[in-house]
Amino acid sequence: MLDNVVDLSRLQFAVTALYHFLFVPLTIGMVWMLVIMEAVWVMTGKQVYQDMTRFWGKLFGINFALGVTTGITMEFQFGTNWAYYSHYVGDIFGAPLAIEGLMAFFLESTMIGLFFFGWNRLSRKQHLLVTILMAIGTNLSALWILIANGWMQNPVGAEFSYQTMRMEMTDFAALLFNPDAQAKFVHTVSAGYVTGAMFVLSISSWYLLRGRNVEFARKSFRIAAAFGFASICSVIVLGDESGYTVGEAQQTKLAAIEAMWHTEPAPASFNLLAWPNEKRMENDWQLSIPWVMGLIGTRSVGKQIPGIHEIMAQNRLRIQSGMLAVQALESLRRDRNDSAASKVLEAHKQDLGFGLLLKKYTADVATATPQMIDAAARDTIPRVAPMFWSFRLMVGMGMAMLLLFGWSFWASLKGDFQHRPRLLKLALCCLPLPWLSCELGWVVAEYGRQPWTIYGVLPTRLSVSTLSVESLYGSLAGFVGFYTVLLVVEMMLMVRFARQGPGSLGTGRYDHETAH
Amino acid sequence: MLDYASLKVIWWLLVGVLLVGFAIMDGHDMGVGTLLPFVGKDDTERRVVINTVGPHWDGNQVWFITGGGAIFAAWPLVYATAFSGFYWAMLLVLWALFFRPVGFDYRSKIDNPTWRSVWDWGLFVGGTVPPLIFGVAFGNLLQGVPFHFDNNLLSTYDGSFWGLLNPFALLCGVVSSAMISFHGGVYLAHLTEGEIQQRAQRWVRVTGLVWLAGFTLAGIWLALGIDGYVISSAVQANELPDPLAKTVSRVAGAWLGNYQRWPLTMLLPATGYLGCIAAMLLLRNGRSFAAFWASATGLAGVIGTAGISMFPFVMPSSSHPASSLTVWDSVSSQLTLQLMLVATLIFMPLIIVYTRWAYKVMGGKVTAAYVRENNHSAY
Repeated sequence: MLDNVVDLSRLQFAVTALYHFLFVPLTIGMVWMLVIMEAVWVMTGKQVYQDMTRFWGKLFGINFALGVTTGITMEFQFGTNWAYYSHYVGDIFGAPLAIEGLMAFFLESTMIGLFFFGWNRLSRKQHLLVTILMAIGTNLSALWILIANGWMQNPVGAEFSYQTMRMEMTDFAALLFNPDAQAKFVHTVSAGYVTGAMFVLSISSWYLLRGRNVEFARKSFRIAAAFGFASICSVIVLGDESGYTVGEAQQTKLAAIEAMWHTEPAPASFNLLAWPNEKRMENDWQLSIPWVMGLIGTRSVGKQIPGIHEIMAQNRLRIQSGMLAVQALESLRRDRNDSAASKVLEAHKQDLGFGLLLKKYTADVATATPQMIDAAARDTIPRVAPMFWSFRLMVGMGMAMLLLFGWSFWASLKGDFQHRPRLLKLALCCLPLPWLSCELGWVVAEYGRQPWTIYGVLPTRLSVSTLSVESLYGSLAGFVGFYTVLLVVEMMLMVRFARQGPGSLGTGRYDHETAH
Repeated sequence: MLDYASLKVIWWLLVGVLLVGFAIMDGHDMGVGTLLPFVGKDDTERRVVINTVGPHWDGNQVWFITGGGAIFAAWPLVYATAFSGFYWAMLLVLWALFFRPVGFDYRSKIDNPTWRSVWDWGLFVGGTVPPLIFGVAFGNLLQGVPFHFDNNLLSTYDGSFWGLLNPFALLCGVVSSAMISFHGGVYLAHLTEGEIQQRAQRWVRVTGLVWLAGFTLAGIWLALGIDGYVISSAVQANELPDPLAKTVSRVAGAWLGNYQRWPLTMLLPATGYLGCIAAMLLLRNGRSFAAFWASATGLAGVIGTAGISMFPFVMPSSSHPASSLTVWDSVSSQLTLQLMLVATLIFMPLIIVYTRWAYKVMGGKVTAAYVRENNHSAY
């Protein structure tokens, strides 16, 4: 039973973020498939491609509506539930969010109106331009939110100010070109592209299995197979890239993902499978492949990757240094002109966040005992087993999708895919995989950052609003209630229109026409 | 480069511009939502009403999202304090907004009267609750909100949700609701014809009178019955923001001080009246497009009145006045304000250009024939 505001706020954030992320990847990916379909229509003039754009666009719209609905929650929630976070890092974190609105959301949302309503008002080329702008807007919004998120993982270009009691931006370019943000962006949007491709591939396969709308489904399948194959390759390659940047900025996450308790002589081996034991801080057993981890993690044979125990030992030192920073800060908050304290803070600023970890154990950090410091150092490591397994499941599903898209792409080159029921059935069964792996990816990225909201800067438990437990239970129940109803309604509509197929357009060219 | 104090004032103006933009753009489709069950009597009429904003509501809603983002970036302490302090009010706004995207997009996808009626009322809720609550929130800001900061600037809200629902705040909620339905009614009158148009015009007359009467009453109440706040220590406009570095006292009539100091600001309340009256007159003469912009000007006047009455306060604290948030001490760093200003100056004109294009493309009256012809693509 959760009985504190911190855990409940985390749960509410996780529920609403994971839910929001059911809709976002499909939007990000499908919008480019719409661009491809419509571009083919404009170039060849073949009617079926416009019908494809409109039909898949209809399903896109049903999904998009919930993406918008649940997206507003995310923006509200920083203020409602993470007020101290919002104050402490708003100077940096708020900017990409506001720019996301100005640069991306306006474009995306204005163009989506024209996409649906403008078919008879715009020339073909104008409409294609609208679709392209909508796609650019959608993907730019992913860019800005991941710049914001990348900063939470790797807080560059900012410095703490004791006068304003917050982090302040010092270098916007560093924020923008944060390697973590860039790697996350390309990995995440590619995952979205895979989701869009899988959606079209699976539903088209279902039509083909039923022998319905064959021409329509064949063309959709082909585009999805090619787009999906390219995208899954990029997810895997770029995922490896984000693994590499994790290695530089957030070694802790890497060590937890790999259940690497001890530093090994370079190049480290890779635990293909293991059974992490949180209590003993060892693996009960493991199946390792020599060298692989060192090569992936450092792109070298000579560099070492620190294990969990070594990271904890380093963090213990940082906590001790951070204690001095916290004490100096407290003096400075009482007397802004305390120049001795300001010197101490300056010297230990980099470890201020680590000192704040002790707030979990004592209000007066100066009196922290060695046991408290040990406990805080232990806290800097996220729970290993959830990280280890989430990551492996995500990668496993990615590999399965690589095989599926590889097979589909090859079959679509040969052109005989509609006579391969096994492929089509497999494609249908794989429909949930991109969603599952996207959600797991979120877990790896965000759960893996614990105990921090901003890595090394602000502990999660200090980030929340001053709210009552009752308020949290009330709002959490409200979100779960609303979201459950919305999901049922959305799935009902999605299944209904997917089953009906392009006949729902009422053009008279397809099976199962609506009577009108 | 601009000095810090100027940037702080510019951002106060820009947040105002975003709020006014939100009221004009998202306001008219929220007003349409409020009027939907009353001006649309059968399914076709309701579809006509919904399709007047069908292509635009999503883009318009971004004014709201961007407004929130801009407050986060420019006034992080206001964002943190207001959103967490008004926790339940904010959740009500949020949950009401849930009905809009799904209401618009899902309503006409299934041909079932109960289904459609449920979403119509959902659109009513989504259009009515947010302006009502924003009005109530402004009513509370004008009286001061009970909150305080500790020495580390952690904010704590000292009141309850029910405390927000006091008579003056509810009056402000009524004014806000009336304005937004008025604005939506003018928009509907511009884009529809026949009976729907006539019903919309009738609602414009009713809500216009409520707007004028409510605004007057609130003004008298504010002048005579509500204490304003003044900074009683030296104002350090150019200093690093620190809300705890000042002292604040409550003074009767202080919210009128700015009108004495800068008499030209009296144009703002005047615009609040004139915009509304002009919109009603123009609409009577069939000049509905001009009426829309008159109404928009009226909205700007009323919002501007609330803003300038409180300036430089943004969120005064009634329980611990020294914790009050002002234009000078709730802002981001100079660098962030500069960057955000540049971003706004680049993107805002672009947004206006393509929004205008979208309205132009989709221009013209929405009729029953339009809905019939676009049965599969319209809402």
